[in-house]
Amino acid sequence: MAASAGLRRTPLYEEHKAAGAKLVDFAGWEMPVQYEGIRAEHEAVRNRAGLFDVSHMGEAVFRGPDAEKAVQRLVTRDVSRLEIGQAGYAAVCYPSGGTVDDVLVYRREDDLLVVINAANREKDLRHFRENITDLDVEVADESDEWALLALQGPQAQEIFQNFTDADLSTLKYYRFLDRRDADVPVIISRTGYTGEDGFEVFLRPDDAPEAWRLLVGAGATPVGLGARDTLRLEAGMCLYGNELDAETTPLEAGISFAVHLDKDEEFIGQEALREEKEKGLRKKLVGFEVEGRGIARHEYPVVSDGEPVGVVTSGTMSPTLNKAIGLALVEPGVEDGFEVMIRDRPVAARAVTPPFYKRNKR
Amino acid sequence: MSVPEDLKYTKSHEWARIESGVATLGITDHAQDELGDVVFVELPEQGATFEAGDSFGTVESVKAVSDLYTPVGGEVTEVNSALEDAPEKINEDPYGEGWIVKLNSSGEGDFLSAAEYEKLLEEEG
Repeated sequence: MAASAGLRRTPLYEEHKAAGAKLVDFAGWEMPVQYEGIRAEHEAVRNRAGLFDVSHMGEAVFRGPDAEKAVQRLVTRDVSRLEIGQAGYAAVCYPSGGTVDDVLVYRREDDLLVVINAANREKDLRHFRENITDLDVEVADESDEWALLALQGPQAQEIFQNFTDADLSTLKYYRFLDRRDADVPVIISRTGYTGEDGFEVFLRPDDAPEAWRLLVGAGATPVGLGARDTLRLEAGMCLYGNELDAETTPLEAGISFAVHLDKDEEFIGQEALREEKEKGLRKKLVGFEVEGRGIARHEYPVVSDGEPVGVVTSGTMSPTLNKAIGLALVEPGVEDGFEVMIRDRPVAARAVTPPFYKRNKR
Repeated sequence: MSVPEDLKYTKSHEWARIESGVATLGITDHAQDELGDVVFVELPEQGATFEAGDSFGTVESVKAVSDLYTPVGGEVTEVNSALEDAPEKINEDPYGEGWIVKLNSSGEGDFLSAAEYEKLLEEEG
């Protein structure tokens, strides 16, 4: 299935083609879904190191005297608690509490960088700008000015250390190094979406192909979006459009660790989330393993005693566990066990608290 | 992609080997390559009967679910139950160990020849 014309391409498109990637339309971008195969790529990340092109992700930069105030209003996390050089996961909500996007907020010396999902870029920028017109802040869409690579896996640090004079062993989880003034401008962040140790590296688009080739030459395996999805699902991480959407609040999706209801600055959706917390959640994200035969997939119905009680948000065959796993949004009260309708046949599922996979920390 | 001369093919990327009243069915090399790593196969019951064009099972890769269609009618005489534990045989050997079912069948059906199937693949490019 050839990807059609009119799709956006990242600076690494030629690298993907040369590596024999299968390219698909992802949120309007022509992206590699796999190279060698999803299983092999998944295992490379779990056991060695994998390299992902995630340049389609968007970058919004908040600058000006009210930059912090603006981001405080727009996201659920208390970003005043972030130190310079620290990143934090957050949700962006509608007044209803439903989710606009899930993002990473990076506090840099002079501004705040917000990394957004590719599919939500235009929507997010509109939402950001509409809601801060009274503030002295500029929101710049720098998405086209950055390529983004993710190097993930137990060997990520060892491989990446060959290419930087920064001591990566001292860079902690969710901290980043802002080296925009270096010969090769770069931001190195110890973050990821795989459940492994690793880095996300922002580079100028012109520098990205050489960086890609060097990292692959040093032993990193190119990994496509297919394995990115199985890796994040094993790690129990949300994907916008699956676990999170305009009808689902971050509390329901189980990311209350990113929601600071007590923060001084009011955020959009705060009232609705407070109320939901007091009254109880309308639905709840749960992890499960399929006990019978079959694989539960996105949008398969969840039933209990023959009654519909929810829906599968993500499901796959876990390459690490060799079991069919998934996440589902279900009514309160059925969290312990339910059935998933797999092609009109109810199949028993056992509740499992995510993550399904946890790495051994050194 | 391999397209053996001696097999018959369908537009939905199954192959059939028809020999003395038995039709052996599987998915083509192209189909397994498009799907990627096969992780689950749903097989029919032995003795089940199908008409030409019916779905007789599914093949699932990590990413996708794909229905299987039979180009011939008949009764299931044998299923490749080895696929339940080793679905990757479909990727490794789609025309051999990756066969899926055998039907007791007259072999009448709407098929493409190997040459026609190759042409279809080129067109789908």
